[in-house]
Amino acid sequence: MNRLKQLHKVQELVYELKIRDAAVREVFTMSPDTMMTQVRQMLRGQKITAAPVIENGTLLGIVSVEDYINWLQEGADDCPVSERMSRDLVTMYDDEPMVFAIQNFEKYRYYEFPVINRKSGKLEGIITKFDVLVALLKALDIDYYKMEIGQYDGTHFFNDVSADQSRLEFAYSVPKAGIGAGGEVASKLKRNLGYLGIHPNIIRRVAIATYEAEMNLVIYGGGGTIRANLDGSCIRIEVADEGPGIEDIDAVLEPGYSTAPAWVRELGFGAGMGFSNIQNSAQELDITSAVGKGTRLDIVIPLEES
Amino acid sequence: MTRGLKNSLPWEEILRTLHAHTILNDDGWLGDGIARVYGSDLMSDILSFSKPNSLLLTGLINPQTIRTAEMVDIAAICFVHGKRPHEETLDLARKNQLPLFCTRFSMFEACGRLFAAGLVDEEGFPGLPESKGRGDDR
Repeated sequence: MNRLKQLHKVQELVYELKIRDAAVREVFTMSPDTMMTQVRQMLRGQKITAAPVIENGTLLGIVSVEDYINWLQEGADDCPVSERMSRDLVTMYDDEPMVFAIQNFEKYRYYEFPVINRKSGKLEGIITKFDVLVALLKALDIDYYKMEIGQYDGTHFFNDVSADQSRLEFAYSVPKAGIGAGGEVASKLKRNLGYLGIHPNIIRRVAIATYEAEMNLVIYGGGGTIRANLDGSCIRIEVADEGPGIEDIDAVLEPGYSTAPAWVRELGFGAGMGFSNIQNSAQELDITSAVGKGTRLDIVIPLEES
Repeated sequence: MTRGLKNSLPWEEILRTLHAHTILNDDGWLGDGIARVYGSDLMSDILSFSKPNSLLLTGLINPQTIRTAEMVDIAAICFVHGKRPHEETLDLARKNQLPLFCTRFSMFEACGRLFAAGLVDEEGFPGLPESKGRGDDR
């Protein structure tokens, strides 16, 4: 991401983020009858320079080191903080955009602002420049992460190459072999899509659909071919065999319908979920089959999650 | 038996709870560890319902189990009933750097022990209000 984009992102964020996203919730407060002689030790103990004075959650004022120094300088008698605190406060509401806080920091040059819950009218927390900075950094971090995933979704390749139409094809043949071989194609395809940086959720869908289809080829189809075509928007998987074909296509789509022999079931397959698994992973599943001639599946999985 | 369980235990403790032996494992194979446990003997269910980074409890020891695990990013497999996979299965697991363990417990007992040790269903256990995990209900 270039600098200008980064700046724009921050600009958007200061409007999107609310004060409450940055306001510190746990705030050290004082009650109005705290004595001035206690203030120094309390602020020092908390390593802070000011504390809100509250009564039943309602903000009355702020007592700061400056108030304390003024009190010392005057050599005035000990008194409750309510008599010396600053009552003329600039407060912010928790639901205001972050940009208001930044404007207030600029305008008033205060180090912190109390944040009030608009609904209850009570003190919600305190916001400092540091809190704003941390909130922005956190939000940027999350966005960078999202962007990384988004940027790496193979579609970029198709945007970057120039052609009227471009696509990438992975073609495999599935041998007529023992069941131990089933899954090799799905495994290879899964890895390839990983190299292309396709989103893991999409890879999972492709892997499940291809694997189920591949097992069908091995178990019923007597081998066949799998072609995966990738363009900028989706993956089309074409699975074809010249096996016995499917008699009743509607039936195989029913969850639980199975013609699997015992040896297939012993391997943990054949529960009649294969086609519904493919269907659930895909946006489209098209089955064409002729008894005695073979079966063809056309599976479409979009590159973006719906 | 299929049930997705949410991890509230470190994976070492999950394996300890199962009295599991290591069949195959190497440094770094487990990566981010085990996020949850999933038990099933049905491949299609593992494909449909398991979540990535799970420990798979299963009684199936054929190479297809490894393939299935690979498809849905299973983190490790623990075979129940003290079953040991054949060489072909081991080879495939080695190739995929998939750790394999083995427990003498049945699927039922393995799941039961994990549940008792504090692994709770992600959606919560019906009948137990707000069971948050280990020790909360005791």
